[in-house]
Amino acid sequence: MHRFANPARFMRLSAAIMPWCAALAAVLLGLGLYLALFVAPPDYQQGEDVRIMFIHVPAAWMASFVYALMALASAVAIIWRHPLADIAAQSAAPLGAGFTLLCLVTGSLWGERMWGTWWVWDARLTSVLVLFFLYLGYIALVNAFDEPGRGARAGAILALVGVVNLPIIKFSVDWWNTLHQPASVFRLGGPTIAPSMLWPLLVMALGFMLFFAALLMVRMRTALIAAKVRALRLAEVERHAAAVLTPRQAALP
Amino acid sequence: MTAFRRLILRDLRLAFRQGGDAAMVVGFFVLTVILFPFGVGPEPELLARIAAGIVWVTALLAALLSLERLFQADWEDGSLEALALMPLPLEAQVLAKCLAHWLVTGLPLSLVAPLLALLLHLEPAGYPVLVLSLLLGTPSLSLIGAVGAALSLGARRGGVLLSLLVLPLYIPVLIFGVAAIEARIGGFAARPHLLLLGALLAGALPLAPLAAAAALRQALD
Amino acid sequence: MPAPSPSAVSAPGFAGHALACRRGERLVFAGLDFAVPPGGALVLTGPNGSGKSSLLRLMAGLTRPEAGMLAWNGAPIGDDPAAHRARLHFIGHQDAVKPVLTVAETLGFWAGMRGGTEVRAGLERFRLAALADWPCRLLSAGQRRRLALARLVASPAPLWLLDEPANGLDAEALADLLAAIAAQRAAGGAVVLSTHTALPIEGARELSLTAFGRRAA
Repeated sequence: MHRFANPARFMRLSAAIMPWCAALAAVLLGLGLYLALFVAPPDYQQGEDVRIMFIHVPAAWMASFVYALMALASAVAIIWRHPLADIAAQSAAPLGAGFTLLCLVTGSLWGERMWGTWWVWDARLTSVLVLFFLYLGYIALVNAFDEPGRGARAGAILALVGVVNLPIIKFSVDWWNTLHQPASVFRLGGPTIAPSMLWPLLVMALGFMLFFAALLMVRMRTALIAAKVRALRLAEVERHAAAVLTPRQAALP
Repeated sequence: MTAFRRLILRDLRLAFRQGGDAAMVVGFFVLTVILFPFGVGPEPELLARIAAGIVWVTALLAALLSLERLFQADWEDGSLEALALMPLPLEAQVLAKCLAHWLVTGLPLSLVAPLLALLLHLEPAGYPVLVLSLLLGTPSLSLIGAVGAALSLGARRGGVLLSLLVLPLYIPVLIFGVAAIEARIGGFAARPHLLLLGALLAGALPLAPLAAAAALRQALD
Repeated sequence: MPAPSPSAVSAPGFAGHALACRRGERLVFAGLDFAVPPGGALVLTGPNGSGKSSLLRLMAGLTRPEAGMLAWNGAPIGDDPAAHRARLHFIGHQDAVKPVLTVAETLGFWAGMRGGTEVRAGLERFRLAALADWPCRLLSAGQRRRLALARLVASPAPLWLLDEPANGLDAEALADLLAAIAAQRAAGGAVVLSTHTALPIEGARELSLTAFGRRAA
């Protein structure tokens, strides 16, 4: 059965890669945190508060990256009906939502230090908030059907619709923001950044990425094993039913 | 008569015979707008300041309210299955159903809106743009909503799910719709905002039926 | 029924070869062959859950086969789904009848969507002419079923796929259905239908599906 050939290979490959990936993620995150907290200089304007950026910015990057990955996996699932693609998209969604939430919470904390308020309708934060709801919608849709395959197919279409809409939403929120706010507000994670801050940031980003990859593999492996358990149960039920209800037919080859 | 027109006429006929959808949507619209003065106080300056936003947000929710039934009834009685097997492509059928949906929801909402704007003391300069922005924006709401309605077909808690799926996608329409009115009132040109609303509609016209038809096919699979 | 060889797929009429169908995570059937020549009839029998409806939905193109192919006059239907939709009638378990439309409006709509104009003939064939102006909410279950079946006559199509068409029909309506099927076959059309009661259809082949995916001979 071609449906099981690929997942089997994935199970073998991921079993080999996953521990290394997780270990490397732990090392990089440890190193990145050390660099961020002790090596990087405090900001001349924001002082020590700037260190929250080393969590906030990688989380924001991951939030968009994971959604793009989900959309890519969904496209593969729709076009080639690859059995792993659906599972990849579904497994990635809660992780992406987690990064998005992390980004929002750190953004709110940072905002409290910078502006003295827990929430500002800043263009970036607002876009991330909308992205969070897109994730929630996807997760809710995938889990809203009694038949799991149905949720996967609907989710794949929604992920593609979402990825087409994301730039439009981003553009409209930026537009709305410039209409309603003076441009003097300091923007989180501005475009110019000193190299002494850039390095810890990149190490953290790579650590986040590997952490995500390791978790994604764990989730995909779990999903595949759960599907196998369901298949075995179903076969068991049918064998019993066949044996009980139609002994004559069950004897046929 | 072409199959496309036949489907629009059937949906309109169903809407008028069942007598409710359009009236309910407009009723919801009017009632909800009337709630705002009770919520924020009756000061004319305050109401005038937020009138455009209130009317647009409420129109958006009213349009959403009727979307759940867009494919649901046809799905439940087997009509959707039969429609999917008609020679007319499902994408075109979705477009026809969206058009019918807009005619019984978006259009009446756009026409009632000035009356509500009056209650909220909207600046007189804003009236034409209010109607124009709703006329340009509400078709996009029907189209984007159709995708959500098709995706949540047969789901548990379909109605709540539908709003979770669709509301984030409505944000750009809301932003440009309100911005057009506020620009006009503020003495600026409303044209760029209206053009952007038109661009959203131009994008939704081909893409939304495509996505909704794909969703309907997998719902029938 | 002897299983048709792969060459049957290239014969005139409607045929399928090595079809497999999956519903959710369950394999409903696999390695299924069938062939219906022009003017032929294929009767699907088997217990509940044996995949009669699944096979008919597959034939209609509502679901994609997990494996295998379907062909019309030798051409795979996947090559031109629009042409396949245009040539078939599928009557499922549900009647697709709206309570607020009249009988004539309902049939007129469904026929019109396929460019059919024989609404009158459809109503007469299934003895609905006297009810033409009734709103469908007044119809009994059997009358609604007849209205669904009248679509077959109101817009002719060379392939009929009927899922338990005899359900809920009285003896008179069943005779009407059998007469309509005979007329369709006499005109060179093909009919595939599922049933759980024996139907007197002359020269029909029978395809017996059994539960849990195996096909009995």
